[in-house]
Amino acid sequence: MIFRFGDNLLINYEEAIAVVLFAIGFCMLLFHNNLMRKIIGLNIMDTGVYLFLASMGYIEGGKAPILPDPNATITMINPIPSGLVLTGIVVSVSVTALMLSLTVRLYKRYHTLNLDEIYEIIEEDEEYDIHN
Amino acid sequence: MTQKNNRLTSAYRRIYRRVYMVLSIVLCIFIIGTLLWTVSYLPPYGDTNTPTHNEVADRYVSQGLTETGATNIVAGMILDYRAFDTLGESFVLFTAFCSCLIILQGSEFVKQHRPDKYRTFDDNILRYTMYVIVPMVMLFGVYVLLNGHLSPGGGFSGGAILGAGLVLMSLAFGHNTVSRFLTPHRIRVITCCSLCFYCLAKSYSFFTGANGLHSIIGPGVAGNILSGGLILPLNIAVGCVVACTMYSFYCLFERGDLK
Repeated sequence: MIFRFGDNLLINYEEAIAVVLFAIGFCMLLFHNNLMRKIIGLNIMDTGVYLFLASMGYIEGGKAPILPDPNATITMINPIPSGLVLTGIVVSVSVTALMLSLTVRLYKRYHTLNLDEIYEIIEEDEEYDIHN
Repeated sequence: MTQKNNRLTSAYRRIYRRVYMVLSIVLCIFIIGTLLWTVSYLPPYGDTNTPTHNEVADRYVSQGLTETGATNIVAGMILDYRAFDTLGESFVLFTAFCSCLIILQGSEFVKQHRPDKYRTFDDNILRYTMYVIVPMVMLFGVYVLLNGHLSPGGGFSGGAILGAGLVLMSLAFGHNTVSRFLTPHRIRVITCCSLCFYCLAKSYSFFTGANGLHSIIGPGVAGNILSGGLILPLNIAVGCVVACTMYSFYCLFERGDLK
């Protein structure tokens, strides 16, 4: 059978949890109509990605990549995923701020955060424009 | 005619909702299954022989201290080897700040829809607690900012702590206290000067490095506060940008203006 799970699912529990977090965020993005909850879902998805990256950089028995003194030789974790997570956090903060400000403007225009109601109002406006 | 149209559109909408829900559930299950299936074939957690632990990471860990002069290898990596990456991050933050300013500034809406009970904080307990907490938060932020090349921390985390301190101050003592020294004009000047300084300093360092010229900024003695070449000034620049941006986000969402 082609579709078979590998052996490392339980050993890679951190990655598995990251995937579950990603999925929770994705479900929130799809199933909620409220724009605020969609933004929170996107942030949960980001958290899943950070956890995945951070766990990919781990080396067995490795310490944080900070040398106590210049001559010390210790096993260190991979520093590259840590830097990438930092980039991700900054980008996610910026995107969240932009989305929230756009949401404020949408609420100002339509007085609701529900996406379906916003679509209905837009359709009504268009019909009104066509008939007049 | 219009009534018939409305009934039709509502029927369409109901069908659309149902199809959307079914497709969403199928998509979610498919994505979760695919990702978990991929995770089950990834190399084991903590393994040293994975493709991610290649010669680049080895080089950073083994040579990072002598080449950059920073005991914090991550700081040496993001502000020396990959400094343009961090410059891009700062510009992303700056772009978000500009967009929020364009979208929210001057809108009376945020001001109008704020509940009255949150508007003033005439509370002695809060104010006297903040007399103790705000200086400590600021001091800790400055410590994290200046020790970015020696210990965990750096521009982004220190700047975020400083921004949080400014927000606390503005909440407890009123925004006039903060805007007495952090006017909108000064926020813009600090942000732009920090970004320009970052650009120029890192261009100089990359230019001399690429052409094999002698740079006047050496790595210094590792472990000292004045070491790591350009890492300390760059951390300060990034920290200023982040602190100003965090405080401006708070101002814009709280009262729709930087003043």
